[in-house]
Amino acid sequence: MPSAIRVEGLAKAYGPVRAVDGISFDVPEGHVFAFLGPNGAGKTTTVEILEGLRNRSAGSVEVLGLDPWKDGAKLHQRIGVIPQEFRFFEKIHPREAITYYSRLFDTPADPIAILKRVYLEEKADAKFDTLSGGQKQKLGLALSLVNDPKVLFLDEPTTGLDPQARRGIWEVIRSFKADGRTVFLTTHYLEEASLLADDVAIIHHGKIIARGPPETIVAAHGRPDRLRFEAGLEVARYLSSRIPFAVTAENHHVEVEIREKEDAIKVLAALEESHLPWERFSVVRDTLEDVFVRLVGRMDDGVIKSEAA
Amino acid sequence: MRLSRIAADLPIVARQYTRNPIGLFFSLVFPIILIGLFGLIFSGTSSTAVDLPTLVLDHSNSTTAFLDALNATGLVNLHFVGPMDPSQFGSYLFNAEDPVGLLIPQGFGASITAHAAVNLTVYTDPGNPSSSALVEGAVNYAVTQLNFRAAHASPIIGVNSLTVTSRSFAYIDYLIPGLIGFSILTSPMFSMVELVSTYRKEGFFRQLSLTPLTRAEWLTSRVVWYVLLTFLSAGVMLFVGILAFGAHVTISIGMLPFLVVGPFLFVSLGMLAGSVSRSPESAAVIGNIITFPMMFLSGTFFPTSAFPAYLQEFARVLPLYYVIDGLNSVMLFNSPSRALIDFAVVFVIALAIFLAAIVTFKWREE
Repeated sequence: MPSAIRVEGLAKAYGPVRAVDGISFDVPEGHVFAFLGPNGAGKTTTVEILEGLRNRSAGSVEVLGLDPWKDGAKLHQRIGVIPQEFRFFEKIHPREAITYYSRLFDTPADPIAILKRVYLEEKADAKFDTLSGGQKQKLGLALSLVNDPKVLFLDEPTTGLDPQARRGIWEVIRSFKADGRTVFLTTHYLEEASLLADDVAIIHHGKIIARGPPETIVAAHGRPDRLRFEAGLEVARYLSSRIPFAVTAENHHVEVEIREKEDAIKVLAALEESHLPWERFSVVRDTLEDVFVRLVGRMDDGVIKSEAA
Repeated sequence: MRLSRIAADLPIVARQYTRNPIGLFFSLVFPIILIGLFGLIFSGTSSTAVDLPTLVLDHSNSTTAFLDALNATGLVNLHFVGPMDPSQFGSYLFNAEDPVGLLIPQGFGASITAHAAVNLTVYTDPGNPSSSALVEGAVNYAVTQLNFRAAHASPIIGVNSLTVTSRSFAYIDYLIPGLIGFSILTSPMFSMVELVSTYRKEGFFRQLSLTPLTRAEWLTSRVVWYVLLTFLSAGVMLFVGILAFGAHVTISIGMLPFLVVGPFLFVSLGMLAGSVSRSPESAAVIGNIITFPMMFLSGTFFPTSAFPAYLQEFARVLPLYYVIDGLNSVMLFNSPSRALIDFAVVFVIALAIFLAAIVTFKWREE
């Protein structure tokens, strides 16, 4: 599949601060790519460089085959962008805003049809400053769709929104992907990344510390799956003497790491033999969030120095 | 530069503006308030003649001839006071609003006929030197006329006095072009400077830089909007000035270049000032530093000819001076050649500032 976005050795320094420190990645056409990282990791700097809003210090960047800084005007015809905390002229109505953009881009657009796509049609004639945070963000999304873009950039599109507004935005991103278009998303919500993204990169201190589909990252960096049940300390002691797996106990819970499905049967058999009381059996699996917290935490503790993707 | 994008931007500018009552107040209502205020304050001073209480105790032909000569100077308005003892006249004047006066003594005419020396009495007020000087000048002139006549001589040296302009102007006549200039300056400067720095802080320009709209197009649509606004406010000011205050100004096509190039200049200057300042707060300060000297010293409220010489020199470095001087040349002095020079000066400054604003003003960051 051809690449919509190619980044090679990208770096950006603000004086002595290296906000982005030599990152490389590739986003195939039609993929949703999520850029994850804590605040200040370099997410916004990277996305602004890709959008052509900021120049880079080093490396090469191509979006739809164009250099965003040099060919910004050309690129902007073909991409859609929602900046972090989208703002618009306060006295202008969404309907007028869409007409405005369609005239600037010289492309026909039906304001109501576009507003329907983002579930904002009932606010078509309200002043921007009367809209809620989620509605404002939806207008940003609507405006980014006016020029029928091939690639959509969203910088923390759901930060600070209520769950329902967040789901609305996810819906639009999914329908955009269903059209075979590319989405580049930054977020610090891991749930958002694992629900939407084909591919995730975790950036920290300007470097990519993990990359791949969400399940692959979890498999590579997460702990093994665990069997978990409510039981006392004597159960943990009994199990650790009978089976060769790591057993942990805390707060009336016992967890046993398992690597294969046969391991689960061995654990349950041992439990049965013990004749000790236990209940509420479940399987615990690391989420992207657990991996993220572990990776970022270990890096801050100096465990990981550099692990480029 | 694409006309279609300017045409797309213009309705957004207009709506942002007209949906904000404060902006409309400053562009349309405020100039009318100023005309009303200044028109009322200064409407009494259009005539420079001084009221002169006059006590006449002699009713002869010579007295009539003298009063005719005095009246002909046009410098005084004679107010005859009822007969009273000459000794009371001084205290009468002391209590009057403007304590100047003239006393024509009994036997004035008889003395002249007899070629005997006789004195008139002029009362002046050291607290009001200008009207005192006018009264003394006028009386001396009339006395000289009568002396010549008594000596059967005619003056050898005369003075032909002509005013440079074709007619004399009332204050309100100067006020109309001055206030049109005032609103050309203040209406863009007060809003553009703050708007530019606020828009930058809020990220609007980054937002716009993702569309095909260019900085030159953005600025041009603002210029067009303020030109329209200037036409409107100038129209309102002319209407009020002429109908309510009887201003005598020429309305001609020659005003148009100034109503266009003036807003062009100050919209660009406002954008330049807004884009060099780092925050909306410092932008307001920079805007005021630029705006206030021009607001008062360019001939807005008073003709610059009324200023001391050094201030007149200073006014010539202020761009607004040339806008107002140009409007005066067209609307008052009917002097197209002078207006043309003013226009050339304003146009060159405006173009330079427009280009400087475009170059300085970056929508994206390095």
